[in-house]
Amino acid sequence: MGGDCIMKSIIRKYRAFLVVLTGLLILTLINQKIGFKAISVTAYSFKEMIMVIPPIFLLLGLLDVWVPKETMIKYMGEGSGLKGILLSIFIGSAAAGPLYGAFPVAAVFMKKGVSFKNILIFIGAWSTTKIPMFLFEITSLGAKFAVTRLLVDLPGVIIIAFVLSKIVPASEVKAIYEKAEAIE
Amino acid sequence: MNAGLYAITLSLLLLSHIKDKKKTKMAIKKAWKAFENILPEFLVVILFVGILIAVINPEIISKIIGSDSGWLGVILASIVGSITLIPGFVAFPTAAMLLEGGAGYMQIGAFISTLMMVGVVTLPVEIKYFGKRITFMRNILAFIFSFFVAGIIGWVVTVL
Repeated sequence: MGGDCIMKSIIRKYRAFLVVLTGLLILTLINQKIGFKAISVTAYSFKEMIMVIPPIFLLLGLLDVWVPKETMIKYMGEGSGLKGILLSIFIGSAAAGPLYGAFPVAAVFMKKGVSFKNILIFIGAWSTTKIPMFLFEITSLGAKFAVTRLLVDLPGVIIIAFVLSKIVPASEVKAIYEKAEAIE
Repeated sequence: MNAGLYAITLSLLLLSHIKDKKKTKMAIKKAWKAFENILPEFLVVILFVGILIAVINPEIISKIIGSDSGWLGVILASIVGSITLIPGFVAFPTAAMLLEGGAGYMQIGAFISTLMMVGVVTLPVEIKYFGKRITFMRNILAFIFSFFVAGIIGWVVTVL
């Protein structure tokens, strides 16, 4: 009985995944070429996830256990000013991994009292101004393209964060912080 | 890149283990729980990206967002960029290929910018942490911002 229950909850959790997987299999049956290409891209992304995601989560676990909330608030919380903004940009830009890896990090930041504005800056930096990707962008699209994009994106990320943190009601922010608290 | 990340993580884990075994165990347990919590969404995103990249045809895209397609091309490039989420190592060569295929710089600027900042496919992951309203607002703002990026890139690359 107990095992049955666990099975059911696992299936419920992975329901969306199973639906899309079935879609992929049907696609492969209809058009083998596209199906196999999709499978090979998926395999590539899966490898990327397996390579990059475990260290990110382990670092998160360590951060959660070792770094006191007061320290995080001091450096990145409300009133951390320019220091907080620069730190958020730096951590986001230095990070490896796809954008979806940034959201769990943001959740731990919320738990540790990092300000909402700095979390948004961090997400923005993670998504666009990645140091590991910058050289690669220069070689593929040219220095003019890459440097211009970086110079426009840096202030852009900060402006978007300021605008968002101004227009989002405080109650909404409080709600997602409470949710992050409840995750672990 | 990955090697560095692993080296840092492992040495910090080791340091943590030397200092306090119980805390280290707790950190690993928390890491696993956080991962397990979001894994279903991750898997959906990965599958979606695979299907999208396979279905989308680069030749057709470079025709739609050609250098004379103007702001309509920018809009189309932004829409395509917003749906798909391609890892950078694939995105930049793809963009270079599109440029060679006749796409314009302004349009590619919009494509790359939305590709990285706006994620329709990753919405379920983002909503799980940020809620619906903030997620939609962030993506819409980033979408609008991408037009600005496109304009500047188009101007810099062609005029300067």
